[in-house]
Amino acid sequence: MNISSLNLTAIAPQIIIIITALVVLLAELFTGRKSLLAYLSLLGIIVAAIASWYIWNGTEQRLFAVPMFQTMAVADGYSLFLNLVFLVTAALSVLASINYLVRERINHGEYYALLLLATGGMMLMGSATDLMTVFLALEILSISLYVLAGFNRADLKSGESALKYFLLGAFASGFLLYGIALIYGATGTTNLAAIVDFLKGTGPMRGTYLFIGLGLLLVGFSFKIALVPFHMWTPDVYEGAPTSVTAFMSVGAKAAGFAALGRLLLYAFPTLLGDWVWALAVLSVLTMTLGNLTALAQTNVKRMLAYSSIAHAGYILIGLIAANEAGMAGVLFYLLAYAFMNVGAFAVVIAVGREGEPNLELSDYAGLGSRQPLLAAAMAVFMFSLAGVPPLAGFFGKLYIFSAAVQAGFVALAIIGVLNSVVSAFFYLRVIVYMYMQKPIVEARPVLAPPLALAIALAVLGTIGLGLLPTPFLTLAQQSIAMLFGA
Amino acid sequence: MLSDYTFIGIFVVVAIAFPIIALALAFFVRPKKPDAVKSSTYECGLETIGETWVQFRVQYYVYALVFVVFDIETVFLYPWAVAYNKLGLFALVEMFIFLAILVGGLIYAWRKGALEWV
Repeated sequence: MNISSLNLTAIAPQIIIIITALVVLLAELFTGRKSLLAYLSLLGIIVAAIASWYIWNGTEQRLFAVPMFQTMAVADGYSLFLNLVFLVTAALSVLASINYLVRERINHGEYYALLLLATGGMMLMGSATDLMTVFLALEILSISLYVLAGFNRADLKSGESALKYFLLGAFASGFLLYGIALIYGATGTTNLAAIVDFLKGTGPMRGTYLFIGLGLLLVGFSFKIALVPFHMWTPDVYEGAPTSVTAFMSVGAKAAGFAALGRLLLYAFPTLLGDWVWALAVLSVLTMTLGNLTALAQTNVKRMLAYSSIAHAGYILIGLIAANEAGMAGVLFYLLAYAFMNVGAFAVVIAVGREGEPNLELSDYAGLGSRQPLLAAAMAVFMFSLAGVPPLAGFFGKLYIFSAAVQAGFVALAIIGVLNSVVSAFFYLRVIVYMYMQKPIVEARPVLAPPLALAIALAVLGTIGLGLLPTPFLTLAQQSIAMLFGA
Repeated sequence: MLSDYTFIGIFVVVAIAFPIIALALAFFVRPKKPDAVKSSTYECGLETIGETWVQFRVQYYVYALVFVVFDIETVFLYPWAVAYNKLGLFALVEMFIFLAILVGGLIYAWRKGALEWV
């Protein structure tokens, strides 16, 4: 074994993020200025993004896959596109956090280090090609998020959120690990490429253990990406965690789960397609419907967004079920769009909130259109995009995913998805109605700090940009998934 | 294959039978003269004072965590040292990166006051 066989350049983005996390952790000890840590984190995120870009451009052909650490992980188009999603999420979350942490009196330097570690875990999940790496990455991600969820130590709700997340997350990890063990028992390997070879060789007789293993794996992932009926923890955790953390994990953890699930199901287990696809179809219908119907009844905006994120996991799952190139490209596009619009929506929640976050109710948004016209306009853009109104990013994400489902023959699923979007329009538009057509109850103007304003502006830019110019990003997504299908 | 399982079977039977026979034998042979000291919870030890449901100072846990980190470090260092000649330069660099990360952790714990008893 020598260093060159590890391909350290291929894993450079992950290494950069992890090193930045350690540097931030140590830098906190020697500096009094906490905002410096945030900018240091942003620097690391930007450098990691540039490194990803170099790896993408460094290869002539689009169908590249650079294995590293003896095929434990890989740098291919898929992982690099997902790096973009994770880094965008992390950057927007860091920007939105800077003044929020000061306001909530939780401005500890560990915040940025943990956020970066979680980002590193997500990126590793996107590139993992071995079940052990998947599990390791998931634990790096989850453990950082458990701590982040309970970051507001003085707040009981935050503690409750962390404890619930930890207990159910550990439970889910157990399922996942048991599934991995059974798959290892059935196939004799944890390496995805070797599993593909094994399944090609066995033909129709594959044994019970493989099915049980795959089932447990799906249950574990369903917990992590909050599919109904494994979603019970989501609303409480998302509501209790500090808003900036909710923004980060509602997008990042979900995207990481879909990243690993996509690679597992479409690259390693396409031969078992007939077995997992119907299980996922049922989960998808339940997730969309329950998420949207429960969101209708919420008056707390943060909780409403939590249920909305459950529903969105259902939509994204349709792309996986379609199991064709259009569907997977749609999933990647949707994840990028979702990163902009959901983090943006939470950033507005941060902007409207005040210390201790007493005002998360819909009524607190009454008259925001006249109090803070720009902020209200931004929120309107995010709500329209989440609802899937045409010229915005969310619309094209849904369009690609639903049309892929129709292509694959899942017409009923696409129809249920569209109907659900109609239902969801009600509670997204209700926020807009409150902002523009209700009289304000409180007259105090929330002060918008420059980094938070920048985060919201970037998110608006991304949401509108992806909507007006979807083609280049879709092409990028289509190129990046080619490896999964071995085309 | 069969003989392996036969061995395990014999072991299981012996393992179950041994304590039963030993305890039963002792029960019939031993003299029975209980007194107050003999039937106390800890014949040789101290009676507990107060409730056992007490809160420990959080620093015990911090100390324990720091200790575990360096415990693991030693666990890694031993096999590395034994196989040092075979592993070569790569493992040396690798180990120093590992140590650097741990030292970073130590500096963090130190500056945060985890090593001071208050």
